[in-house]
Amino acid sequence: MNKENLKAVSVLFTIILLTPLITSLLDVNFYLTQLTMSIYYAIVSIGLCMLMGYAGQISMGQAAFFSIGGYTTAVLTTINLIEYKGSFLINLLMKLRVLVLDKNVYDNDVLFFSPWVTFFFAIVFALIISFVIGIPVLKLKGHYLAMATMGFGIIIYKIVKGTKILGQADGISAVPLFKILPFLSIDGDISNRIENFYFAGFILLLGLIILINLINSRVGRALRSLHGSEEASNSMGINTSKYKLYVFMLGAVFASIGGFFLTHYNGGIGPSEAGVMKSVRYVAIVAVGGMANIWGTLIFGILLNFLSLRGVFGSLDDAVFGAILILVMIFAPDGLIKKRFLDALIVKCKIIIKKIQLKLNKEGN
Amino acid sequence: MMLKIRSLDAGYSNLKVLKRISMHVKAGEIVTIIGANGSGKSTLLHAVSGIIKGKSGEIIFKDKQINNYTAEKIVYLGCSLIPEGRQLFPAMTVKENLVLGGYILKSKNKKINLEEEIKKIYTLFPRLEERKNQLSGTLSGGEQQMLAIGRALMSRPDFIMMDEPSIGLAPLVVKEIFKTVVSLRKDGKTILLVEQNAKAALKIADRGYVMETGNIILEGTSEELLNNHDVQRAYLGKDYKNIAER
Repeated sequence: MNKENLKAVSVLFTIILLTPLITSLLDVNFYLTQLTMSIYYAIVSIGLCMLMGYAGQISMGQAAFFSIGGYTTAVLTTINLIEYKGSFLINLLMKLRVLVLDKNVYDNDVLFFSPWVTFFFAIVFALIISFVIGIPVLKLKGHYLAMATMGFGIIIYKIVKGTKILGQADGISAVPLFKILPFLSIDGDISNRIENFYFAGFILLLGLIILINLINSRVGRALRSLHGSEEASNSMGINTSKYKLYVFMLGAVFASIGGFFLTHYNGGIGPSEAGVMKSVRYVAIVAVGGMANIWGTLIFGILLNFLSLRGVFGSLDDAVFGAILILVMIFAPDGLIKKRFLDALIVKCKIIIKKIQLKLNKEGN
Repeated sequence: MMLKIRSLDAGYSNLKVLKRISMHVKAGEIVTIIGANGSGKSTLLHAVSGIIKGKSGEIIFKDKQINNYTAEKIVYLGCSLIPEGRQLFPAMTVKENLVLGGYILKSKNKKINLEEEIKKIYTLFPRLEERKNQLSGTLSGGEQQMLAIGRALMSRPDFIMMDEPSIGLAPLVVKEIFKTVVSLRKDGKTILLVEQNAKAALKIADRGYVMETGNIILEGTSEELLNNHDVQRAYLGKDYKNIAER
């Protein structure tokens, strides 16, 4: 990691550290809940940023991987295996702490998979599915790749909506909390708000540091070369199809981790998380952030998701994200925090101010 | 023998571009392939470098049959392609492009010092050192070609294939590029040069092949080809009259 990135990471660290203080000073502590959620969404976006921005492979199926992570843990932690209790296999798994015994709200015994185990499963499933999907799909390029990944996203959405074990249109609720440390459990309880915010921040920083190191490594350069020219990077001795698959799987794992934690934080997941518009939203965030700009993606990932979760866009949520995507593509294809765009914006503002001044002067005369 | 191709057939899906091509390149030679657009020159280079697979025939590189090798494996054997139109990585700096060129060195030998390798390229092309932190997309055409050559040299190849290095460059720059090609041979590299600029290519090459519609129709030493009437008429811009007058 170079000096600049180290500085940026430490600034981000300080911001995360101070945010609960600021919110309590402003008496808007409830913002922390939405901020925590947007951080988890931002983790999904930075994974996609790696794939889209740096390796140049578009994916319209990121929401599918998010829901794979979320549903994996939701199904496995709400399943009740109590009737099989006593069999050898279940006893063994209980001894290994793979299964945990707890009481539900009706005070009945329930036996389900430990979130530690489902976390592992969420990652493994995302890896397997992205591997199987990635091999054929990544042979495509450009629009065709976008269409194929979108098709995959739609398939997952329909499966989620039509499968009984996945709760169909209702989704899965009452997902138990994930107790990580004695004083830290991932759930939406108000008393844990600050701890949860810090934990989300910690996961974000961890993911970010991994990605930044990756970008500036030998592997990262190879990924970026894919974006430039596949033929050339192939003749440099880079196995392009292997790297495309790797980065696709990396994006899937980031989405799955985001889905996993958000599901535990919300205590449930619904089919809308797998929807195509959600994928469009992630793509829009990466585009607004400037494609190959992990910091831009992060800033807008948190900002836009926060505004959306606060209900600023009202029922026009999806329309706003669609519009953002169109406007960014037309007016700022390099993203909003690129210097070129900011310079142009400043110049425009100056011209407008001058015009107003002239008008005022004229009226004064 | 550096490269030997025996009755190679290759193409894209159903389209057969190369028809029973046979040729060879000896170590230390500069060999040129000339021919018009669409005669299959680039396809031949793609087939050798493993980007497309041959349908039948043999490609033997350094006594190894490489027909079924993947593109990156062929690079490991010491065969480097400079693709047509440079194909740099425009969003990366000049230096990053060079570091990426040395990609396979790191896999071969973990302890290698890439900085030293890059310095060697800078002594060959001092212009690149001046611009090392500039994005490669902002270089001029000639500088881009230098960078493309430098990037290919970073993998320490013995055999370099150049696909139309003179394309889109001013005559003076072409001269400079071709001078480097000659100097590369002095360093012990073997070069296969694909060119439309037949005159310039034949001047520096030892031998040449003429391709037309996927066949090699003529081969010989550069002098033979330069003096061949058909070549003169078709590629060197001399018509019958001039030839007859001589």
